[in-house]
Amino acid sequence: MSFRMIILPLLLSSAALVGSETIVPAHALDSARESELTHLVRQDCGSCHGMTLKGGLGGPLLPESLADLESESIASIILGGVPGKPMPPWQGELSEEDAMWIADNLKKGFPQ
Amino acid sequence: MKRREFLKVSGLGAAAAAASASPVRACATTLRGTGDLAIIIERATGSILIADTTAREIVRRVEGLGDLSHASAVYSRDARYAYIFGRDGGLTKLDILEGAIVKRIMQAGNAIGGAISDDGQLVAVSNYKPGGIRVFDASTLEPVADIPATYGADKRSKTVGLVDAPGRRFIYTLYDAGEIWIADFSGNGEPRIARHKGIGELPYDALITGDGRHYIAGLFGEDGLTHIDLWQDKAEPRRILSGYGRGEKKLPVYKMPHLEGWALGGGRFLLPAVGRHELLVVDAASFEEVGRIPVHGQPIFAVARPDGRYAWVNFAHPRNDTIQVVDIPSLTVVHEFKPGPAALHMEFAPRGHEVWLSVRDANEVHVYDTHSYEKRAVLPAQKPSGIFMTARAHRIGL
Repeated sequence: MSFRMIILPLLLSSAALVGSETIVPAHALDSARESELTHLVRQDCGSCHGMTLKGGLGGPLLPESLADLESESIASIILGGVPGKPMPPWQGELSEEDAMWIADNLKKGFPQ
Repeated sequence: MKRREFLKVSGLGAAAAAASASPVRACATTLRGTGDLAIIIERATGSILIADTTAREIVRRVEGLGDLSHASAVYSRDARYAYIFGRDGGLTKLDILEGAIVKRIMQAGNAIGGAISDDGQLVAVSNYKPGGIRVFDASTLEPVADIPATYGADKRSKTVGLVDAPGRRFIYTLYDAGEIWIADFSGNGEPRIARHKGIGELPYDALITGDGRHYIAGLFGEDGLTHIDLWQDKAEPRRILSGYGRGEKKLPVYKMPHLEGWALGGGRFLLPAVGRHELLVVDAASFEEVGRIPVHGQPIFAVARPDGRYAWVNFAHPRNDTIQVVDIPSLTVVHEFKPGPAALHMEFAPRGHEVWLSVRDANEVHVYDTHSYEKRAVLPAQKPSGIFMTARAHRIGL
């Protein structure tokens, strides 16, 4: 973890040098939080949705299965849950920024 | 030396020849039983560890088993072969002595565990997609029966809580349909299916008691559980504990509790409450609630030590770093410790002297003395989850 913290500013500054060619993701978090969330989604969401996100007791979370949903809707399901179904509200565990980052990345194809 | 040749030629044939590296029996000249072996699921890497629980050592890693998130296993009657049920619909027959895959098939798109019949001849798999169960010949993995979980006009339900029951039967629950089906393979030809409808909203898991008498399904969509007494000539489901928690606000459920291995001791069951930091205490004869035990978090597994004196309990995210031990006679928590992040699976040695524990996010399996609580071993494993000892071969419902 400390290694990551040291190397991060270097990466950012080199990215900044690239200038206009660098695409900043819509909902960026710091990389430590991103790896926490990646782990959470793969391991904990994965207990219902499958570690490969192809679905289980919960539905699949692959880009093609989420194509009809906006990121905002996905984020609101993450935060608010689905009443009457096992999908719990993650509000309290996750911030809106966390949920938007997860939603954006689910739609793009979630990192490993 | 002659013995070595004998083993090579007669016993193990092609499988032995195919098995690379060293077989689990350590070297070809050593015979060994399987009674103290176990397998450990490495969920993220699609691999299995074979462990010697006497030496407390990992003996072998077997790779290539696909998506093993939420994987489980059953054993052949001789406790030599493990049948491993993967999330991706993979069914793998593993020779744990040779440390080699005997056969592997993809039997469905999405699956959630399985069972083996009491005579050891049939392996059944519970499928989410396509919803239903599929049954295979345990020796060849050739298909024997395909039973779609149909309901309504043309819908198919995910199936959960598949167990074996005495008399060459499999019992399972339809999550979407709210039904329990009993598939009876005791006759010749097609299985007889008994369908029990209206058993409750969103049954998420089920168990059968170790005597094969009681099948109990947990309900997510309503308070309570559904019980079938299989000793009755005309087995009918009935609700139990249906008043439980009515009107109280539940906490968000970050991980569904598991019912398999719920704790029976001293004539009482302990089972995880859904969405509460409590265990329910249920009288094993009347199925009435007789108490609740406040615990550290939302319980996932409450497993009795095999003598029934204590139950060991683990918890859902975000409190999954902790284990509590409940004294069943007094219904009090008598020990608590933090083995590490995501301590999600426990397996007791058959007579309970030790417990093996997967600490997923530490990439470790721990072995504890269940009397002194002393940590006896720490074994490296990659994202370990379920641990399955071969003693399961000889128990109903496991």
